[in-house]
Amino acid sequence: MADTSNEAGGDAPEDRAESGFETTRYGTTMSHSRGQVVLHPGRDQLVDLVRTLRDDEGFRVCVDVTAVDYLAFRAPRDLPDGVTAERFEVVVGLLSHATGERLRLRVQVPEADPTCPSLFDVHPGTEALEREVFDMFGIRFEGHPDLSRILMPEDWEGYPLRKDYPVGAIPVQFKGVQNAR
Amino acid sequence: MSTAPDVVTAELSEGSQEMGPRKGATAAELLRELGAVLRLSEAEAAALADEVSDDQQTMIINMGPQHPSTHGVLRLMLELDGETVLRTKPIIGYLHTGMEKTGETLTYLQGPTNVTRMDYAAPLFNELVFSQATETLLGIDGDIPPRAQWIRMLLCELNRMSSHLLFLATNGMDLGAVSMMIYGWREREETLRLLEMITGLRMNHNFIRPGGVAADLPDGWRDAVLRVLDLVAPRLDEYDTLMTGQPIWRERLQGVGVITPDEAIALGATGPILRSTGVPWDLRRDAPYLHYDEVDFGVVVGSYGDCFDRYAIRLNEVRESMAIVRQILDAMPAGDYRIQDRKVTPPPRGRIDESMEALIHHFKIFTEGFKVPAGEVYCAVESPRGELGCYMVSDGGAVPYRMHIRGPSFVNMQALPHMLRHGFIADAVAVISSVDPIMGEVDR
Amino acid sequence: MGWDLSRGLEGLDHGVVTAKLEEIVQWSRKRSSWPATFGLACCALEMMGAGGAHYDLARFGMEVFRASPRQADIMIVAGRVSQKMAPVLRQIHDQMMEPKWVISMGVCASSGGMFNNYALVQGVDQVVPVDVYAPGCPPGPETLIHSINTLHEQIQSGELLRRRQQTGGGAGVQVAQRDGQPAPQIGRLAGTR
Repeated sequence: MADTSNEAGGDAPEDRAESGFETTRYGTTMSHSRGQVVLHPGRDQLVDLVRTLRDDEGFRVCVDVTAVDYLAFRAPRDLPDGVTAERFEVVVGLLSHATGERLRLRVQVPEADPTCPSLFDVHPGTEALEREVFDMFGIRFEGHPDLSRILMPEDWEGYPLRKDYPVGAIPVQFKGVQNAR
Repeated sequence: MSTAPDVVTAELSEGSQEMGPRKGATAAELLRELGAVLRLSEAEAAALADEVSDDQQTMIINMGPQHPSTHGVLRLMLELDGETVLRTKPIIGYLHTGMEKTGETLTYLQGPTNVTRMDYAAPLFNELVFSQATETLLGIDGDIPPRAQWIRMLLCELNRMSSHLLFLATNGMDLGAVSMMIYGWREREETLRLLEMITGLRMNHNFIRPGGVAADLPDGWRDAVLRVLDLVAPRLDEYDTLMTGQPIWRERLQGVGVITPDEAIALGATGPILRSTGVPWDLRRDAPYLHYDEVDFGVVVGSYGDCFDRYAIRLNEVRESMAIVRQILDAMPAGDYRIQDRKVTPPPRGRIDESMEALIHHFKIFTEGFKVPAGEVYCAVESPRGELGCYMVSDGGAVPYRMHIRGPSFVNMQALPHMLRHGFIADAVAVISSVDPIMGEVDR
Repeated sequence: MGWDLSRGLEGLDHGVVTAKLEEIVQWSRKRSSWPATFGLACCALEMMGAGGAHYDLARFGMEVFRASPRQADIMIVAGRVSQKMAPVLRQIHDQMMEPKWVISMGVCASSGGMFNNYALVQGVDQVVPVDVYAPGCPPGPETLIHSINTLHEQIQSGELLRRRQQTGGGAGVQVAQRDGQPAPQIGRLAGTR
């Protein structure tokens, strides 16, 4: 289970639920994961939230944009109430130089419509990161200036980091072994 | 004399990943290649597109991926007006190894062998951040023995030294001071020899593992470390004299590749690039991990944001690392070199013959691997290139469900178009060298 | 046989050496074979270390790493070759002049190494003909020097060139050429069919 110790200093007492597990911050559902603060905005709230965090709350640095494909996840999804679990999750990491705080934003992206608004306007440093997510997962970022593959060759088919994409290992045969591994 | 009947034709062109002529590009694409960090209006973008009246005046050339100065397999497409660089588009992926996918098939104990090959100039940092993420998921990050943490610190600082010496060597060679290549490698060899004595390998050590380190420090390590420190310190002063005050060096580096603090932050640059602009952000001091809050060291910060500052920062970071290593020598505690939790750490080989339990634990850890509780976590350390992070998701199994490494060089590369703009093509070499990318962690 | 050193080389009694022309040519090829820079990943650092002061490839005549493949004899493929890099590798190899040799340095170049996945070519011998394989991850400079010495012995004896002529060996990969030029054919020495 996630660590329930509430390290959130400064949020109003009325935001804290009884269990200490969920609360809201910056108008978005919040949870904790091993002591780290995680927000769960919807796709339509993402850009505005990141902009507010950058301008008003001091989270000027976007550290990372990545994604996870939960297709083969064997444990319960463990999301707060009100957040619908989808196949893909886009994960954005933010950092504040002033306070040293970190935030993680997890945005649910459905398989049927794998798109997400781009953060390029708010943080130009997400350009290559979003291209990598597109290349590896096939999630399109709306508003991205140039969404093309970045790691794989241009004519590659498929999105390698999806769980239904095989690792591509060739069977290794040793002399005398009857069964292929 | 036969050639294969079905000839396989391979494509060199990367289609839309390459740079196209200016007239065909959308405004947003142009802006990005021009290195703009803020969105300008369509009219201003159109004005920029007309900057060069005739397309024939500019030339798009290709630099790399096989090129002596691109620090690995980086391909740059440059639009030149004479010798001046206007637009830049880096094309990466020539070293993509699918490490994140492979990481989903390896156990947590095998994980460090995989991630260590990402930033191969500073491999111990990759192992450290992977181990930290695993330990946080396991919940044992507070229980790692102090000696293990101090050994990790020692190894990381030695690795930072060898990585920065590599930078000094390649930076010198790129700018024409070829003897610096030989000198830098001479020092690096001494450090690698020391790392080989401690970890068993010169590179890609797989030494920092979840739970601690793989083995204890060997006898005589103190003398060996002191010998390296006493050897490197006066030679660093020699390199300082050789390069820092030299007029040609200054001419080639000062004022070249300038980036302002706001631009660096907007582009996500970290490490020496960010510190060269004057932002004093160093994870070792501002978000301390291991025992960095117990050692005294300075964070080297520049003021102009140019290549010279980045060179000077890395040179002085070697000195700071040496000071940290001296303090570690005095402060190294006795104790275990890894956590004694038998579910995570393999038992000592001698015990396997004596105890059935030890044999079973050894077997389970090395074949199936230990299981890590479900959850997700992000951990970060300060590598020689910037913030190296690991985002790990576990579903309760013996292999990570998703292992993502935030490579600092991957994000720092986004600052290249901006730094190269309106510089000479010769400066392109200096700027790439000052960013010090390692393509292994750019492409993963 | 005397040598009056005070007169330098002129003081040698017998200043004439006889040898087969073939041996002299092979000797000169062996003693000044210039490597092409093809450092890709971690192995590149060990290759540069082999060129450094401690291990010193200069004593084998190889410290000059030519950037241009036109001037290079040996291509040391140092590191993992990804799918995107494979055509580039092939093109650089094609641009080298005969006689040329390839050393596959490291396990990633030899067989895909520990990365048995979609992203890597499982051994550069799928793309270029390899003469010597150097195992290791990464192979230390000493292993690299051993592989270079092995190659030098083969160069001296002419074995590899003989074999190549007989089998026309190597992968049948061609790279799409720009400007409609014909793709180079490997394994064919001038004047042979």
